[in-house]
Amino acid sequence: MDTVPLLSVEGVTLRYKTKDHLVTATYRVSFNLFRSDRFVVLGPSGCGKSTLLKAVGGYIPPTEGRIRLGAAEVTSPGPDRVFVFQEFDQLLPWKTVRENIVFALTASGKLPRPQAEERAMHYIAKVNLTEFASSYPHTLSGGMKQRVAIARAMAMEPQILLMDEPFAALDALTRAKMQEELLQLWDETKFTVLFVTHSIPEAIRVGNRILLMSAHPGQVRAEVNSAGADAARIHEILFGEKRQGTGDHG
Amino acid sequence: MGERPEVFYEVSTERLDVVERPLSAWERLYDNGAVRKSALLVMLAATWELYARWLGNPLLVPTFSATVRALFASVASGALPQAAVYTISMLLEGYVAGLAIAALLTAFATGTRIGADLLETLTAMFNPLPSIALLPLALVWFGLGAGSVIFVLIHAVLWAVALNTFAGFRSVSPTWKMVGQNYGLSRTAYIARILIPGAFPSILTGLKVGWAFAWRTLIAAELVFGVSSGSGGLGWFIFERKNQLLIADVFAGLLTVILFGLAVENLIFKTIETRTVRRWGMQV
Repeated sequence: MDTVPLLSVEGVTLRYKTKDHLVTATYRVSFNLFRSDRFVVLGPSGCGKSTLLKAVGGYIPPTEGRIRLGAAEVTSPGPDRVFVFQEFDQLLPWKTVRENIVFALTASGKLPRPQAEERAMHYIAKVNLTEFASSYPHTLSGGMKQRVAIARAMAMEPQILLMDEPFAALDALTRAKMQEELLQLWDETKFTVLFVTHSIPEAIRVGNRILLMSAHPGQVRAEVNSAGADAARIHEILFGEKRQGTGDHG
Repeated sequence: MGERPEVFYEVSTERLDVVERPLSAWERLYDNGAVRKSALLVMLAATWELYARWLGNPLLVPTFSATVRALFASVASGALPQAAVYTISMLLEGYVAGLAIAALLTAFATGTRIGADLLETLTAMFNPLPSIALLPLALVWFGLGAGSVIFVLIHAVLWAVALNTFAGFRSVSPTWKMVGQNYGLSRTAYIARILIPGAFPSILTGLKVGWAFAWRTLIAAELVFGVSSGSGGLGWFIFERKNQLLIADVFAGLLTVILFGLAVENLIFKTIETRTVRRWGMQV
């Protein structure tokens, strides 16, 4: 493993204004991400994990602390950190599957058009959607849309993929399948991903390292390895109490 | 409760008469909207013809056949095409000028908060004001002729287009906006490649409403005020023929106005709609 972190978040406090409140979303959060990490930020709703991810994406400036990617400080959104959102409408509906990916590559100035087309098809094949390359997004199912979004993000070959509960809006069966596919893709390309979720089983399945956060405001409770982690223990760390029953969705 | 038995059935289509069969020619014909509407049009024309014959007063209602004859005669003599060309070129000038100003105003409104306030205030004031009500003033300012007409046309187009475009920009999904920013688009690329296509359903509505306003305003301006007197125009054509008591010609002129309206709506806007927002699934 590298000794220099790819992404370092140091004492980051995030605040945002609503109509009549100033809300602290996260308070002095620190963690380091290394190359090829599958780093999961896990916490209940309201722990500021999505806000934290947006800050890493450069959409929200921290009020305190620093976020650095390599040597450079993160100040604005950029194609070196590509987002996969939870919403199905993250694909541009006026472009086909292939055009969505080509657009990402050419608009960011990453590749000229011919090479962009080639790379788009390569990643569409990776997520098994070759026959839908010329389809418009509205004709695809939710799971297929998320696969296109992942293909688009991966085609950008960013330093870090930022995934904001990308499978949360999917049904349980599709979600399990997508988690498996994501791990397969990771085996092939060893990308670095920062993955936000509120599902403990998903965190254990997808991540190699898990950041556990408390809510209101979000603070780090622990940073654990997911190998050998069990859901009950994580639940205990998160909520500071023994879990009642066994029911949880994955 | 005791054990409930499991039940298994044999599936069979033995006594089912239809699994799949093609529809009959009549069913297909009746499913076609164009066919149904054409049939209705034929019936309306027939009713018109019968009523006009029964009335027997061509000064009030000429027959359908007389109107069609007048239409062909006017087309053949070149009077009607000339009037139509004049009206449409005038319309296009006003429409394009209106769009250009709307684009400027919307750009200003998108870029700054004071611009947004300005656009909202102006739209709230002027949108309810029928353009034709400005014509007397326009006549004072620009005199009889094209200048006045263009002025009221711009007023007719501007507010509808600017209002819809700006509302469309505002309702563009925040996710698309974030996606656009993620790829590091420049300001202009962001507007051209995210905001405009994202707001296209609203923009198209604005274009349609603006066009309809402009068309009505123009005909009314020509007709009531005879603004374009001397040079022609469809409204003027109707007005003049009425003065000469050529009522069949008046009907022919009205028919032309209807036909142009239908053509633009169904050929131009419909085509744009099917090729864009419908294909993209942004409007059903």
